[in-house]
Amino acid sequence: MSFLKKLKEKFSASAETEEVSDKYKSGLEKTRESFSTKLNDLVARYRKVDEEFFEDLEEILISADVGVNTVMDLVEELEMEAKRQNIKDARDLKEVISEKLVEIYTGGEDTFKTQAPLNIQPDDLSVFLFVGVNGVGKTTSIGKLAYQLKQEGKKVVLVAGDTFRAGAIEQLSAWGERVGVDVIKHGEGSDPAAVIYDGIQAAKSRKADVLLCDTAGRLQNKVNLMNELSKVKRVIEREIPNAPHDVLLVLDATTGQNALSQAKTFSEATDVSGIVLTKLDGTAKGGIVLAIRKQLDIPVKFVGLGEKMTDLEAFDPNAFVYGLFADMLTDDEM
Amino acid sequence: MAFEGLADRLQSTVKKMTGKGKVSEQDVKEMTREVRLALLEADVNFKVVKDFVKRIKERAVGAEVMDSLTPGQQVIKIVKEELTDLMGGEQSKIAVSERPPTVIMMVGLQGAGKTTTSGKLANHLRKKHNRKPLLVAADVYRPAAIDQLQTVGKQLDIPVFSKGTEANPVDIANEAILHAKEEHLDYVIIDTAGRLHVDEHLMDELGQIKNNLTPDEIFLVVDAMTGQDAVNVAESFDDQLDLSGVVLTKLDGDTRGGAALSIKAVTQKPIKFAGMGEKLDELEAFHPERMASRILGMGDVLSLIEKAQDNVDETKAKELEQKMRSATFTFDDFLEQMEQVKSMGPMEDLLGMIPGANKMKGLKNVQFDDKQIVHVEAIVKSMTKAERQDPSLMNASRKKRIAKGSGRPVSEVNRLLKQFEEMKKMMKQMSGTQGGKKGKRKKGMNLPFM
Ligand SMILES: Nc1nc2c(ncn2[C@@H]2O[C@H](COP(=O)(O)OP(=O)(O)O)[C@@H](O)[C@H]2O)c(=O)[nH]1
Ligand SMILES: [Mg+2]
Repeated sequence: MSFLKKLKEKFSASAETEEVSDKYKSGLEKTRESFSTKLNDLVARYRKVDEEFFEDLEEILISADVGVNTVMDLVEELEMEAKRQNIKDARDLKEVISEKLVEIYTGGEDTFKTQAPLNIQPDDLSVFLFVGVNGVGKTTSIGKLAYQLKQEGKKVVLVAGDTFRAGAIEQLSAWGERVGVDVIKHGEGSDPAAVIYDGIQAAKSRKADVLLCDTAGRLQNKVNLMNELSKVKRVIEREIPNAPHDVLLVLDATTGQNALSQAKTFSEATDVSGIVLTKLDGTAKGGIVLAIRKQLDIPVKFVGLGEKMTDLEAFDPNAFVYGLFADMLTDDEM
Repeated sequence: MAFEGLADRLQSTVKKMTGKGKVSEQDVKEMTREVRLALLEADVNFKVVKDFVKRIKERAVGAEVMDSLTPGQQVIKIVKEELTDLMGGEQSKIAVSERPPTVIMMVGLQGAGKTTTSGKLANHLRKKHNRKPLLVAADVYRPAAIDQLQTVGKQLDIPVFSKGTEANPVDIANEAILHAKEEHLDYVIIDTAGRLHVDEHLMDELGQIKNNLTPDEIFLVVDAMTGQDAVNVAESFDDQLDLSGVVLTKLDGDTRGGAALSIKAVTQKPIKFAGMGEKLDELEAFHPERMASRILGMGDVLSLIEKAQDNVDETKAKELEQKMRSATFTFDDFLEQMEQVKSMGPMEDLLGMIPGANKMKGLKNVQFDDKQIVHVEAIVKSMTKAERQDPSLMNASRKKRIAKGSGRPVSEVNRLLKQFEEMKKMMKQMSGTQGGKKGKRKKGMNLPFM
């Protein structure tokens, strides 16, 4: 059975997946459209698999921010594969292309079970720490996740660890009100580790299920600020064994190759366990997460698809791939 | 895994070329390949790269290179010239309206840094141009966006006009201008909500504000870390609003910032300012030729040299450099050097400007934290004259004494000694007296404090 058919089948397997993929289909409409239109264009234009064909393919992938290293590796593999299988017609290579792309994310493991859920503690307080550079969507993602968890019946507390940026505490407080959850805060300019500490105590005494910790945005090359972040994490570790249960690096899908440096440095400072990829409702593709997965093995856990409370989705690699290739499936695979 | 800076790579290409005494077409092809990769690595848009590489190729096979005695260097020069050209030669000024107030509209994607930049710009206009600006809170969508601008205004002691979140942004802007006239404020800076360039409804709103106010400047605020999508964003905003300029933010990060180049290339609009930090005075005029160096990974040598010239005593610097080259650099010199470096600004900033500094193994372990510098000073000052001259004298009891004298733990003294050795090694590498890793020679540098 062909890879794409397998994928399609997987999608019709459960109603739940269908639902998810529908959301992806609409949310990632632009991503999907532009990507697969381009790939289809490419295939139609070339017919023959030659050097120029691969150059064009390279450009499509680069324009999705997949990154020149990853792209060149991929294209090299494809060239070899085309030779090996003696593929001459460009249309026959389409499937191999998508297969290889998925492989980057899944690392060749079981393609269909690479989803990374939140590390929720069933009977205990779960603490999630949000980190990232300025303006990527940390606070907004916390608001959205709080809403989602509350919908699931969990008691959620937020803690305003961004004591630096003007208006940051008010912003988180506004989200707390909007969602209807408590927000623990100190004044602007106070010690972030201290407010996080208070947040933990409050979450414990209020018997909360989940504590979401906001932090100030910081560029990863600021050593002082990265040390401060490590300290915040240590405070959490000290108060609750095994916490934080997830450290979520928030990445803006619009970001280019610097996202890889962000992932590296934030991981060194805080042991990042998952990524929230925001702003996928724009035209940026966030292709850099492929390189991040490949090089650092950090999975994407959520995607942000807008500014509303409901615009956060669990990242499902299958759905993601389906979103990218849906057009091709309906074109000639079905 | 990441590519070494283009400078390094070009260096090896150059070596090959000079060895041959003649640059063949194959050499040029190889070189342009490197340039292409470096630019793509730096997030320059692939279409822009394509055109760029084509132009370089044409020039590089021309006479100016072929006839040159140093063809390799000549090629680097061409690349840099073309790049600077692409970034837009001269740096442009900010508009002044004949009938005040001058109106500036700040637009851009979510999270680009519009609010902070609005504050910085107001501060800049007051400080550098002696103007009386008014900040206008027209972001009625993002939670607490108005609070943020009001806090910024308070920090700067610059007035902020707001009508809460219920008012319409067009009305807010209109009233703000009347208010500015009444109060004899001569600049109005409108902080609009972040929006996606594909959000028709919100893009329309910007169009309405523009038609109502006919602003003197419309600045697109762009995050310097933006990837390939930068061109789509800039094109859309420019199509809708006919931008007058661009402000790049977060350039204090370690991004190469290729977006700058892409935006300039597709919109032909000048990049006027660059945000260099979170503080409200960290806005700088944009320097195209420096950005060109940065994108190519050559480091912002020009800025560094300029800064050094402002602050460093020439003769002392020469002396230091001499010592460093001859490996007689001591802790005394180190102390003196630190004094000089300290007067140049935060270490992190300086480090960012040194070509290849972020790639140097030795430097990675040497953490430059400004608070740490104070500790380091304390430790060095607790050493005896002899110890400073010859660190090999150091033994356990000496270290203990130094630790006690400086109030720092022995482990820190040890670390400093190790770092000092590493630093000496690194300086040797950078000064070109000794081969770098893999025995390849680095280009010599005459940085006064290195
Ligand atoms: N379109 C869109 N905007 C988003 C998304 N996530 C966050 N934002 C916006 O990005 C901006 C910065 O978000 P914020 O949460 O303040 O970032 P922080 O500085 O990392 O906390 C705000 O205007 C948010 O509304 C998303 O998924 N899509
Ligand atoms: Mg925030």
